Amino acid sequence: MNALFYISAIVAVISTLLVITRANAVHALLYLIVSLLSISLIFYLFGAPLAAILEVIIYAGAIVVLFVFVVMMLNMGPQTLVQEQQWVRRRVWLGPSILGAILLAELIYITMAGGGHTTTARVIGIKAVGLTLFGSYLLGVELASLLLLAGLIGAYHLGRRKFHRTVSRGTS
Amino acid sequence: MMISLPMTHGLILAGILFALGLVGVLVRRNIIFMLLSIEIMLNASGLAFITAGAQRGDPDGQIMFLFILTMAAAEVSVGLALILQFYHRFKTLDADAADRMRG
Repeated sequence: MNALFYISAIVAVISTLLVITRANAVHALLYLIVSLLSISLIFYLFGAPLAAILEVIIYAGAIVVLFVFVVMMLNMGPQTLVQEQQWVRRRVWLGPSILGAILLAELIYITMAGGGHTTTARVIGIKAVGLTLFGSYLLGVELASLLLLAGLIGAYHLGRRKFHRTVSRGTS
Repeated sequence: MMISLPMTHGLILAGILFALGLVGVLVRRNIIFMLLSIEIMLNASGLAFITAGAQRGDPDGQIMFLFILTMAAAEVSVGLALILQFYHRFKTLDADAADRMRG
């Protein structure tokens, strides 16, 4: 069972690395789906089946589809690929990558210093999660609904065409 | 299904994915890839919560993951609407095109 975890972890890291290095946005999105599916498998191995299901449905389903629709609406031609390769040069990615690697090394050191726990993962089913979610976290659920409403109204307001013209005329 | 898994390795995997997302935000100039990298970082923090919840054996980690998921969905809808407005105004996806505030 441990081999499954390590295989999906390696797949997740490689596909995430490919996501942040691709020039084509659609290729990056497809690699992101692979990364999300492997993380979903890790959730299942950690005894969290509800999180695994929601990872597939909401992340790999809804959010990636939103990204694909926006990439389609922007209608970028082949010249953007060349432009993208010019934007990401060696001297551009070298500095942030070194700084990120230093932070990651510190993080791994701190995590390892805490002692290697090998815990037996107990499956926490959907019923237990639901009981806790609508019990002690009921206020959080209400706040999440408010957040989603705000996101809906914000996306509708910002998504209208020629929004900036009407505003600039209205205020000036 | 009783399996024994090294929880520290799960946290390290979450750290690696978070660092990859951070480097992606810092390196890329295309604003779509910056938003994608932010999604990777949010997902990595969700993985850390799930790992900690599995270690403690209570459902709180999964509930925090649900809240992160909700926040990511709201964030990505607003962010993509902002990207559409950005592209209609500047005709490019270069984040440097909006480097000054003309208030």
